[in-house]
Amino acid sequence: MSTLEIKDLHVSIDTEQGTKEILKGVSLTIRTGETHAIMGPNGSGKSTLASTIAGHPRYNVTSGTITLDGEDVLAMSVDERARAGLFLAMQYPVEVPGVSMTNFLRTAKTAIDGEAPKLRTWTKDVKAAMAQLRIDADFTQRNVNEGFSGGEKKRVEILQLELFKPKFAILDETDSGLDVDALKVVSEGVNRAHAEGNMGTLLITHYTRILRYIKPDFVHVFVDGQVVEEGGPELADRLEEEGYDRYATGAGAATIAAADAAAQA
Amino acid sequence: MTDITTEKARIGAPSAQPFINGFTEEGESLSPLNAAESKAPLAGEAVKRHSHGGGVGIPDSSRAGRLTSYKLADFKPLTGMEEDWRFTPLKRLRGLHTEVLNGAAPSVSVTAPDSVTVETVGRDDRRIGSAAIPEDRVSANAWENFTEATVITVPAEVQVDGEVSVLLTGQGTEASAQHVVIVAEKFSKAVVVLDHQGTAVVSENIEIVVGDGAQLTVISLQEWNDDAVHASSQQAKLGRDAKFKHIVVSLGGDLVRVTPSARFTAPGAEVELFGLYFADAGQHLEQRLFVDHSVPNCKSNVLYKGALQGRNAHTVWVGDVLIRKEAEGTDTYEANRNLVLTDGARADSVPNLEIETGLIAGAGHASATGRFDDQHLFYLMARGIPEEVARRLVVRGFLNEIIQQIKVPAIEERLTDAVERELAATNH
Ligand SMILES: Nc1ncnc2c1ncn2[C@@H]1O[C@H](COP(=O)(O)OP(=O)(O)OP(=O)(O)O)[C@@H](O)[C@H]1O
Ligand SMILES: [Mg+2]
Repeated sequence: MSTLEIKDLHVSIDTEQGTKEILKGVSLTIRTGETHAIMGPNGSGKSTLASTIAGHPRYNVTSGTITLDGEDVLAMSVDERARAGLFLAMQYPVEVPGVSMTNFLRTAKTAIDGEAPKLRTWTKDVKAAMAQLRIDADFTQRNVNEGFSGGEKKRVEILQLELFKPKFAILDETDSGLDVDALKVVSEGVNRAHAEGNMGTLLITHYTRILRYIKPDFVHVFVDGQVVEEGGPELADRLEEEGYDRYATGAGAATIAAADAAAQA
Repeated sequence: MTDITTEKARIGAPSAQPFINGFTEEGESLSPLNAAESKAPLAGEAVKRHSHGGGVGIPDSSRAGRLTSYKLADFKPLTGMEEDWRFTPLKRLRGLHTEVLNGAAPSVSVTAPDSVTVETVGRDDRRIGSAAIPEDRVSANAWENFTEATVITVPAEVQVDGEVSVLLTGQGTEASAQHVVIVAEKFSKAVVVLDHQGTAVVSENIEIVVGDGAQLTVISLQEWNDDAVHASSQQAKLGRDAKFKHIVVSLGGDLVRVTPSARFTAPGAEVELFGLYFADAGQHLEQRLFVDHSVPNCKSNVLYKGALQGRNAHTVWVGDVLIRKEAEGTDTYEANRNLVLTDGARADSVPNLEIETGLIAGAGHASATGRFDDQHLFYLMARGIPEEVARRLVVRGFLNEIIQQIKVPAIEERLTDAVERELAATNH
């Protein structure tokens, strides 16, 4: 049983116009076995949260903490975080020329486990996982993400999720750019990983579509770098109907709460 | 690697005009990703400078018009303004262009199966001049000054098992001249490795004759000591249906300038020119190749890949491909790719494709120089791979495409190790 805990996280980036604060106090606790959905409009800071957890150097944490079972994640380098059990399925997976998928997957698995996987079982595992995600066998010979379509890239992210077996998976808009069939295939992959019982999931999405296949336990609505509303799966249904309009950009949680109170009065 | 500049063109049936307009301009624009050179701390600062020189399609610089002569006096003293010397730091040539080259030439030791003939001959041997004629002053200087030549002959129809290994060991820093002739007679098959080691200041002429139907691979390895200066003209003449594969690997030396060329004399021949270079701080590694399509129905394929690291590491690649009017049915492609690993390194890359006939099967070129990208590093590290391992993974993968072409396992292994050593020195 593991816990990923984010407390009052403030994150800024350096831009040409100066420092810009993107996350304005985010708190979130995820435990093994839980699925949390983070939903929010474009530009609300969802990817920033994901990248900050993974340790992307562009994002500066100005205050707050991230801990994994009490360990200070912010003190770890990017690779240490991955080896500690954090996995980020990226919104825009990067093409890495010159490095074959086979080589990449084996090198990463070796780094994460601290020892090389047994070649025979490993090859078999990779093949089986690829088949389930409907990824062609010849992808292993290709360079990492090079020339892959948007949908193929997303499948390959989930392939890694299944092979690396992280403690926490952060899925940044894994659903975007997928057609319905691909969405199902990818969701099944996430559900398989989840079903093994050793993973917590932070599912970032703009749309509710993927939530038909991956059932969240908690839904957090993200606007302007803050969580403005939290609830169970029913909150997603409400968003489906109402959209994000009622969370006027720039409005803090307090404003929303006040508006809700006023509406109920 | 993110391409900072890319040029690509594949022409099926171009118009009959001699030059393709605008090739130089293509790809000059920066890709949006790199336009704002991100300075994330992950990869250190790997910012590159890169130039695409002119030369493409400039009639004055047509390769066909270049002076060739066996006489040093026919070449004017170098000023550095010459088209083919404009990237070379002449001061570091250590007199190869000005001195009488009478220092001790690198010693030559050939290991070859009995079926191969190895001779040391004088200047008047009839095979001297059978494939080459100097195309620049430094080459002509060596031609005027060499005292003896090594002639390696693979007799007709002999298929050599294993490779012919030619070890050239530098004898010090006195400017010297070297001459080697490699003859693959008709329908023979062989692999010849020129292995340059030690310290030398040498101008070298390598003549290569590939007879009708012969298949020859020549691998030139430059693993010199840090203080070596080496100019090497490697000219090949191909017979009918000949197949020639040439691989240049430049790793060591202060200044190394290799100028390979391939000339077709009869239809049906094919050349593949490959190159790999890895320049460290202060090194100047230059490669200028020339493929002369002067007869119909020949093929050429060129791929050079380079990595650069450290302050003032400088590489130059110029690829001249000329398709003459007579060369109908030509199929040619040339590409150069550079990977800049650190700040302060410079890769110049200039493809020159001249086409004088529209009746060709294909002609194209590509040139790209990119820097080791923070995004690549982030992606690999986010999968648990430590920074150093990630770096090696990318560079090894990049250069491996050339190493794989060698197909001599011992040399492939040696070069893989050499690349690892170069990378280990990156720890900045
Ligand atoms: N490198 C950057 N330079 C400038 N602004 C940035 C940068 N990265 C993020 N931002 C800004 O930070 C804000 C949050 O961006 P982020 O990518 O986290 O949003 P998001 O919720 O993931 O959006 P989307 O739904 O479009 O993926 C946006 O206003 C964005 O423009
Ligand atoms: Mg995003």
